[in-house]
Amino acid sequence: MDKQLITKVCLLAGKVMLQSGAETYRIEDTMWRIAHAFGAENAQVHATPTGLMFAINETEPTNFVRILERSTDLHKVTEVNSISRSISNGNLTLEEARESLKEIDQEKLAYPRYVQIIAAALASGCFAIMFQGQWTDFLPAVIAGGIGFSAMIYFHYIVKIRFFAEFLASLIIGLVAFFFVRIEVGLEMDRIIIGAVMPLVPGLLITNAVRDLMAGHLVSGLSKGAESFLTAFAIGAGIAVVFFIV
Amino acid sequence: MIFEQLVTSFVAAAGFAIIFNAPKNVLIQCGSVGMIGWFVYTVLTINRVDAVVATIAAAVVVAVTSQVFAKWFRTPIIIFNVSGIIPLVPGGLAYDAMRNFVGNDYDMAVQLAARAILISGAIALGLVFSEIINQMIRSAKWKRLQSKYDRNGMNGY
Repeated sequence: MDKQLITKVCLLAGKVMLQSGAETYRIEDTMWRIAHAFGAENAQVHATPTGLMFAINETEPTNFVRILERSTDLHKVTEVNSISRSISNGNLTLEEARESLKEIDQEKLAYPRYVQIIAAALASGCFAIMFQGQWTDFLPAVIAGGIGFSAMIYFHYIVKIRFFAEFLASLIIGLVAFFFVRIEVGLEMDRIIIGAVMPLVPGLLITNAVRDLMAGHLVSGLSKGAESFLTAFAIGAGIAVVFFIV
Repeated sequence: MIFEQLVTSFVAAAGFAIIFNAPKNVLIQCGSVGMIGWFVYTVLTINRVDAVVATIAAAVVVAVTSQVFAKWFRTPIIIFNVSGIIPLVPGGLAYDAMRNFVGNDYDMAVQLAARAILISGAIALGLVFSEIINQMIRSAKWKRLQSKYDRNGMNGY
């Protein structure tokens, strides 16, 4: 049993999942399963949103990985999940598992940025209709949502503070919506804003927070809940500023 | 009217799946989960059921459907859950509450905010239900059903 390599594979799997936005309990479960499949019967795993700890046995030294950047990439979560599945079934050796995990770690996003922006724009328009908007507000919501989502990506790229990026993005959405109503292309400013803001809503964080709390991961659940609350607050503040200006 | 709600909710949920980088081959399923959840919610609210109750019902339906899809397509359940839950998020209420706060109408704002929190709680309740169903499926009584789904699963995925 190669303790060093098992530890490396487990930490790599956990790191990829944590950076891609998996639930904490799924990360711990996956790492434990991998370790167990390679013969580490008593592996100890602890994951929080900002760090990952792994010991191959209770008395062995603990290994630690710091997670600085987190994004949402459910494609990678699925891939790591299927790798852990084939490890459990005994279809992958330790070295093969390490190679394929490294490949996944290097992979780019499943969709190019422009596809994501188009998807966000379309979703914004649809949300405007779902919240009892008129079809005249569809196009303004599509454009406002697209601009807002691109702004969020751009600001997050230049300033590394996510809440600030979200604040600026929703501020821009509010201004664009106001502009459309002013030139009488859009009817209701409220519906346009609600639709366009939806792609910024921290849906995955909320879902993960609840699932983690239910699974007994109180630290992760609470910190994810705090993160989603801050995001929602940033969006609300951005829109509120628009109301103060106009 | 219901038809346009179905189409828009499908596109919105699938769009969210793309934003979250869900795998390409489950995009249709993500859209369907969102559509089914929103359908339940809309039908109930049209029939004057309270929004909180409607949200719980829709969240439970989303949870059950995601659970079945997750077993069927062997993907983490979170992908379907998120797409289904997003349309139920009380964005409109939170927005109205915030607007009233800004306009110094605190009475109305607190009422709306309380309602938004209640609906969020309803969503959480639905997600908890998904966990319970998961455990039921795992228990021995459902083994036959589970292996049935697994055989239909996408091999090698």
